[in-house]
Amino acid sequence: MKPAPFRYERAHDLQHALELLAEHGDDALPLAGGQSLLPMLNLRLVRPAVVVDLNRIEGLGDIRTAASGGLAIGARVRHRLLATDPAVRAHAPLLAQAAPWIAHPAIRHRGTFGGSLALADPAAEWPACVLALEGTLVLASRARGERRVAAADFFRGLYDCDREPDELLVGCEVPARAADSRSAFAEVARRHGDYAAVGLAIVARGMPGRGAHVRVALLGAGDTPCVARAAATVLAEGGDIEAAARALVAEIEPRGDLWYSAQAKRHLAAHLLRDTWRTVRDA
Amino acid sequence: MSEPAAPEVAARAAAIGEALPRGDAARLAAGAGRFVDDAAPEHALHAAFLRSPVAHARIRRLDLGPARSMPGVVAVFDGEALAAHCRPMCGVLGHLAGMKAAPQWPLARDRVRHVGEPVVLVLARRRAQAEDAAQAIEFEWEPLPVLAEPEAALAPGVAPLHEALGDNTMFEATVATPGVESAFAGAGAVVERRWETARVTAVALEPRGIVAQWDRHEGRLRVRMGTQVPWMMQAVLADVLGIEWDRVSVVAADTGGSFGSKIHGYADEAAVAVAARLCGHPVRFIADRLESFVSDVHARGHRATVRAAVHADGRLAAFAVDDLCAAGPWSVHPRGSVNESRHVLGLTGACYSVPEYQARIRVAMTNLGLYGQYRGVGHPLACLFTETAVDSLARRLQVDPLAWRLDNLLDDAGPWPRRAPAGATFERLSLRASLRECARLMDYPALREDQRRWRESGDPWRLRGIGLACFVENSNHSSANYGRGGAAIASDDGALVRLTQGGGVACAVGLTDTGQGTRTALAQIAADAVGVPVAAIQMTVGDTDHTPVSGGNWGSRGIGIAGEALWRAGCLLRSRLLEAAGALFGREAAALDLRAGAVVDSSGAALCTLAELARAIYLRPDRFPAGVLPEPAASAHFAQRDLDGVYTNGASASRVEVDLRTGQVRLLGHWIVDDCGTVINPLLADEQLRGAAVQGIGQALFEGCLYGSQGELRNATLADYLVPMAVEMPDIVVGHVGSPTGTSRLGAKGVAEAGVTGAIAAVVNAIDDALAPLGVEMDVLPVTPERILRAAGVLDAEAGSLPGRVRSRQNADDAR
Amino acid sequence: MSAVREPPERWRDIELEVNGERCALRVPEREHLADALRHRLGLTGTHLGCEHGVCGACTVRVDGDAVRSCLMLAVQAEGCRVETIEGASARDAVVQALQAAFVERNALQCGYCTPGFVLAAAELLGECAAPSREAIRVALSGNLCRCTGYQAIVDAVEQAARRLSNSEPPR
Repeated sequence: MKPAPFRYERAHDLQHALELLAEHGDDALPLAGGQSLLPMLNLRLVRPAVVVDLNRIEGLGDIRTAASGGLAIGARVRHRLLATDPAVRAHAPLLAQAAPWIAHPAIRHRGTFGGSLALADPAAEWPACVLALEGTLVLASRARGERRVAAADFFRGLYDCDREPDELLVGCEVPARAADSRSAFAEVARRHGDYAAVGLAIVARGMPGRGAHVRVALLGAGDTPCVARAAATVLAEGGDIEAAARALVAEIEPRGDLWYSAQAKRHLAAHLLRDTWRTVRDA
Repeated sequence: MSEPAAPEVAARAAAIGEALPRGDAARLAAGAGRFVDDAAPEHALHAAFLRSPVAHARIRRLDLGPARSMPGVVAVFDGEALAAHCRPMCGVLGHLAGMKAAPQWPLARDRVRHVGEPVVLVLARRRAQAEDAAQAIEFEWEPLPVLAEPEAALAPGVAPLHEALGDNTMFEATVATPGVESAFAGAGAVVERRWETARVTAVALEPRGIVAQWDRHEGRLRVRMGTQVPWMMQAVLADVLGIEWDRVSVVAADTGGSFGSKIHGYADEAAVAVAARLCGHPVRFIADRLESFVSDVHARGHRATVRAAVHADGRLAAFAVDDLCAAGPWSVHPRGSVNESRHVLGLTGACYSVPEYQARIRVAMTNLGLYGQYRGVGHPLACLFTETAVDSLARRLQVDPLAWRLDNLLDDAGPWPRRAPAGATFERLSLRASLRECARLMDYPALREDQRRWRESGDPWRLRGIGLACFVENSNHSSANYGRGGAAIASDDGALVRLTQGGGVACAVGLTDTGQGTRTALAQIAADAVGVPVAAIQMTVGDTDHTPVSGGNWGSRGIGIAGEALWRAGCLLRSRLLEAAGALFGREAAALDLRAGAVVDSSGAALCTLAELARAIYLRPDRFPAGVLPEPAASAHFAQRDLDGVYTNGASASRVEVDLRTGQVRLLGHWIVDDCGTVINPLLADEQLRGAAVQGIGQALFEGCLYGSQGELRNATLADYLVPMAVEMPDIVVGHVGSPTGTSRLGAKGVAEAGVTGAIAAVVNAIDDALAPLGVEMDVLPVTPERILRAAGVLDAEAGSLPGRVRSRQNADDAR
Repeated sequence: MSAVREPPERWRDIELEVNGERCALRVPEREHLADALRHRLGLTGTHLGCEHGVCGACTVRVDGDAVRSCLMLAVQAEGCRVETIEGASARDAVVQALQAAFVERNALQCGYCTPGFVLAAAELLGECAAPSREAIRVALSGNLCRCTGYQAIVDAVEQAARRLSNSEPPR
């Protein structure tokens, strides 16, 4: 189980990476943390002609607090940093809440925020989180410079996102957190650290029924990470949690997998909504 | 010594029964193990296979040309190229009437019959290059109908997978007592359980591996491999090559787990041996994880209906089982693919006093992957079928399942030996004592009380249950399983012991150590037999050139058989050394003993150390009286011939919490009480039992090969085939009850498989017990969250509401 | 598998530090770190159990972090500080304490997973001196042991933690 031959190119800075992607286009795959790409290479599920290693690019591994109060998270920030970074805990605690759910320590040491977002795996944690946080993805290319895409527009399908072959996801911006914002994250997996059957991120602020804002995003509940608008609206308007659960079950379109039917996933999603809502409501 | 032991052993026990750490563990913990791939010659060629991507097809065209021209490629072989230089294997046991199987060649010829079947062998300088070349081969095939279900394979008129065999029945057998029909007809109550158990596979962490080299000067094949059975592999590979058995040398490397997966003649390994002879280079093949999933044997995939009947007074009246198993297209050589079913036939209901009995077993050839033995073989299935039916009976009769078992289990007091309805003979069992000890360890009444209170006032979404399972497990086999069927699998093991020049004891035993701690347990036996400290023992195992013949490690036989041979050889060496010492010191040998490495007299005074005696024997023969020539070595053999096997027994228990919100099962506790006779090393025995229990829990809750309708394995990665990991497993309490076997002087019975045998049934019974208020029982393995949610009716209920019978209590709670 | 335009295999010279020693290696660009350590440096204590990042048998340290060496290319380790079980066994007191406890508690059977468990556990003890049994199980949740019931491994990590914090003298 060894990778097929490919050409390895180590990008020494962002410009170099963009040049390599511009040159090789579809033939190239960017290598970030490698915790998904390396298994795919070893299994020969992907056979790129060129692998562009992003790990030596300065500047992509930082978390900065923006003037607006939001966070700018570099694409090469590793999962572990998101679990421990004080700025993340202060400004986007949802990310710190979600990080421990990702796989296992050795994976979290290597795997990256940007790599996970750009892979657009519907079962991964970060895509659902940036949807819940209404984040903005920042992409760059040699030909067109920098471009920003709202998370809600970024995830297009199964392992498909709004990134052109010559583009690189360089980071993600998360808006400033309201003072009374609460968040929670939970998922159901067969074993600790496995890809979840379903996961749910929730962010809420304000008093339900009095202009509250609630946002619910799910992983494992469709071909893309998805936002549950109807359920969130019921909760924001002060509706009953069971009414919200019913709305959620009606609005998601999960796909059955090896171990769970779509029907079971709906049941799990409703359970996760009750569970996380209790947390944010009581916070 | 507190651990159970046979009297002769107890009299000499210093090391036996002690929880000694393993002598080889530090080396392994430091990463200094020498597993197969770790010690291959640097210039050995790497093997990779083109394997069939489809379950059943005619090979239309194979173009090896593109592969031959790839970088690093040295040789490429297809089925025809190898067939001219070897003989096929065939997994038929001659003593099983009607069993049939087809000859299996190292590489497919003409047709492929399962996904993963090896078709072409590529040898290259590096594995990556061999994989590149295997993918470059042009392979065209014509699809044939896939038999992915055993019922379909056995349907009338279905084309046989092997024309010459006439149909797809590999084996079938029935047994019935004369009164069984009337027993069911006149029963006070009858329960029925239907089971569909998913195939599982061993997932030894080190995949299968072999390094083979043809020594053209000696005309000898030298093999180093991960194996439980070097002597069996000697015969298997020699027969494939068509050479004398003695012309194959097999060394068992450090082996990263086995669990029954490394006791078979695999086609790919045979192909490597033939290719090594043909190409003249050493060849290494290390299966990767993907090919392990599709080429290792699978096990425990059965469909069965079991029925149990009781008289009006609640006593057991009859058991019946009808079992269908889907084997692969080949019967694995040389053990065959039908032994699980034979255990189901022989042992369903066997823990109980069963007046009437009926069993039918059928094994179908299908286009699923290879099928064979995995830890416990059919015992866990017989236990599952029996013990879930017993719990159903207890529920039907509204009696406590512990009390019912204690009334109906075979009586420890005998009479012994005793024959089960289907013919298995039990030397002596301690079923009731084991179950009572298990109930004591778990504090059964307190757990029942907890459950009662929980049902009244606990979280209604989380249901708690307790499950028990009693089991028997065969060990210390005679030749009844294999030798009498014509398989080259020894049931006689030898041991060689000799005094070293420095006064230690060097031992050679043909067992292997694939993780059991064999070397340590053997060293403890040798140390006590001779009368030396364990540190004085040097142990050589698993090598056909340097150890006596052995059946190897399988069927919980290693210590019971080879350990007995070693005990006898050690005792013989002791008496020879005492004769030498007696001659040297002018004393009666009978009045001397060897203790802790010194020759002592009846008062306990030391005459000399063994080191001094060794010097005298080897360096100063002149000191001995004329005519005395000491014999500082001994050999002994042992074969257990009194019974087909020596049955161990025990009890398992599990306590679970079933979460109806997620369908997940949390293990709150697990207990095992085992009777393996003389316990050599409780530290090793206990973790063997725990490791086996975790494999059983895995099969109960997580593991299963998911096949598609075209015979494709849909979860052939470690990400999708779910083995138990640390977080989900409970701490496990282990207890022992001791009835040393009278068939040997050592008194040891097997221990390696017992933990798995009762675990599956215990977990399932605990889940059923938890769900009892809902009136549902599980009928499929693994018991997945989906199946629990579905059975409990949660998915069909309105989103977020509990199923009726649980809900009524929730409403009561809410009203409080 | 569809036809692919695959380039010929390329090799690259890299320098890195392995177990405290500088070393220069020539590796195929596609080769993962585990294979390079095993086959080019003879460091066979790094084991391959799955090569898709699930089993943890290939755990090594790169610049101090426990990582899966099957999920990293050897060329990516250029300039890095790599430590395998061989190096850690020789130099790291936490690893040595764990190994001693693994032996005493019979926390290994076949030993194939053990180097990975030891390195994962050492990282835990570096972050938390007295982890609970549950925390130990969580920290080791990415390492597969097929032989033991995990209980002895948890026992061993607990014992090593106690000993390292001097609350229990070595036997």
